Amino acid sequence: MNKSVIELIDIRRDFTVGDETVHALRGVSFSISEGEFVTIMGTSGSGKSTLLNILGCLDTPTGGEYYLDGISVRKMSKSQRAVLRNRKIGFVFQNYNLLAKTTALENVELPLMYNSKIGTSERRERAKQALKAVGLENRMEHKSNQMSGGQMQRVAIARALVNDPAVILADEATGNLDTRTSFEILVLLQQLHAEGRTIIFVTHNPEIARYSCRNIKLTDGHIVEDTLNQNILSAADTLAGLPVEND
Amino acid sequence: MNIGNLSKIALKALLNNKMRAFLTMLGIIIGVASVITMIAIGQGSKMSIRAQISEMGSNIIMIHPGGERRAGVRMDPSEMQTLKIENYETLRNECVFISGISPLVNSSGQLVSGNNNYPSSVSGVGLDYLNIRQLKISDGEMFSASDIQTSAKVCVIGKTIADNLFPDGGDPVGKTIRFNQVPFRVVGVLESKGYNSMGMDQDDIVLAPYTTVMKRLLAVTYLESIFASALSEEMTDLATEEISSILRREHKLKDTDANDFEIRSQQELSQMLNTTTDLMTTLLACIAGISLIVGGIGIMNIMYVSVTERTKEIGLRMSVGAKGSDILAQFLIEAVIISITGGIIGVLTGFGASLGVKFIARWPVFIQPWSVILSFAVCTVTGIFFGWYPAKKAADLDPIDALRYE
Repeated sequence: MNKSVIELIDIRRDFTVGDETVHALRGVSFSISEGEFVTIMGTSGSGKSTLLNILGCLDTPTGGEYYLDGISVRKMSKSQRAVLRNRKIGFVFQNYNLLAKTTALENVELPLMYNSKIGTSERRERAKQALKAVGLENRMEHKSNQMSGGQMQRVAIARALVNDPAVILADEATGNLDTRTSFEILVLLQQLHAEGRTIIFVTHNPEIARYSCRNIKLTDGHIVEDTLNQNILSAADTLAGLPVEND
Repeated sequence: MNIGNLSKIALKALLNNKMRAFLTMLGIIIGVASVITMIAIGQGSKMSIRAQISEMGSNIIMIHPGGERRAGVRMDPSEMQTLKIENYETLRNECVFISGISPLVNSSGQLVSGNNNYPSSVSGVGLDYLNIRQLKISDGEMFSASDIQTSAKVCVIGKTIADNLFPDGGDPVGKTIRFNQVPFRVVGVLESKGYNSMGMDQDDIVLAPYTTVMKRLLAVTYLESIFASALSEEMTDLATEEISSILRREHKLKDTDANDFEIRSQQELSQMLNTTTDLMTTLLACIAGISLIVGGIGIMNIMYVSVTERTKEIGLRMSVGAKGSDILAQFLIEAVIISITGGIIGVLTGFGASLGVKFIARWPVFIQPWSVILSFAVCTVTGIFFGWYPAKKAADLDPIDALRYE
């Protein structure tokens, strides 16, 4: 078994809304090893967003323990978590969240800007490498508004890769894209997975789960299913099988 | 955290929104420019007034007879006879804080030369009078000490007199002019000084030895006034006191008696005029200062709106590892860049406006270095002060809420 990157032990998260306490997560435990491609599924209200926030160190659990790459996150302060995000996590969002009027290269450089240990030339070099890894070496100087949705999502993935994170957290990363582009992104993620990246893909789309190697299903703050996918589909094959659009 | 990177981020964010950045700057630009221009105008008029005063002479102290009563009736100073020639001599011999001293007696009448004539007055003065009033001889020379001793009938005339008595442009030096039937030989012509700030012709002047005027024209033994000049502007007060105590002693006044003379100094005049111009400068600076504050509020306003508008961006930055302090620093740096750039443009605009006022309105203008430094410092502080609140607001955002903000 590989070394575990994420270790959740009985994670609970309560929110207080007025006088009521809402239990968004009611004791979630699992661990994810290095190199896994995991989908976390659930309908809205199942607690998957809360779980994603906790996994991404944006939020801290009310109870339980969370170890990210062996580091206990629960007692960390806001700015300690910011540094941890900077070094260990790459986010990919549904709506890309690129900086407006900013080139692809600069967008990808962004996480490294907040790491004072990395100098200008290294930053530039790593950003170029990351863009190459997502197949955008010809689009480096394009601004975010000059790119298609799929390209923007590739830039976002490059940005998530650039700090060489322990885990890539994708939040409905294909939600805003058409079927074809979605599969292109999935091909890219599968490719990154094949290179040994750890990827967590949060989605409500059961289709995606067929392309990951493990699937965790959440309902009402509990894990109701945690299965290994015995028959992982290749996104590249599916993409090849899609009818070609004539436009 | 790396300030260099944060500055890059802040600069980039500003460049991405040039129009907004410029509008934010506008208040600061106007504020700084108006502070500089207003103070330049205020200082310019102060300096021109000062120059006009010093034109009148250097650190002049004027001693007039006064305060004398006869049977309870106040007398016209010109009829008072308390200032004697001996007083002048004592002052000349004893005062240490003065660089020059001269008596002054005036006699008015008609000047005649050939068939030209001109109404004027002859001033009987001593040799120091030229230095006290900052007069210069352009042709010929000043009358001498022996002329004073012998009450010689010689005189030095101003340009207006020369032009009127010798309209054909002949050299007046060596010629004889008559004043109330008394012939005077012209020994020198004074350099032209033009009109003073009160509109008086400073070239309408005839200087003769005071002994001549007293004995041959007026037949009096008392002086109208004594002019002295203090060693420096700062010593004016000392000189005034010194003169006062010597005169009190000479006039044998008891401690309880009031002065029977009056001493006026140029300093008093310049102080009075300075008060007026200082008031004006302060007033102008206040108006300009208010516009600087309004400019600062403009920064706060737009920064505040921009924090709301950029909530999602802030969320993203936080998610990729920006700490609250990084966000705070970024927005503060943005505010400071805006105010410093605005400050620089404002300084340049202020210089331009000052020169414009100087050349178009022909007002005296003097750009004070301290007004430039002051307004620059104020606008930087304004930037930090008014940028702080929006920046703090941005830094305190919760990344989850910020990311989800639509």
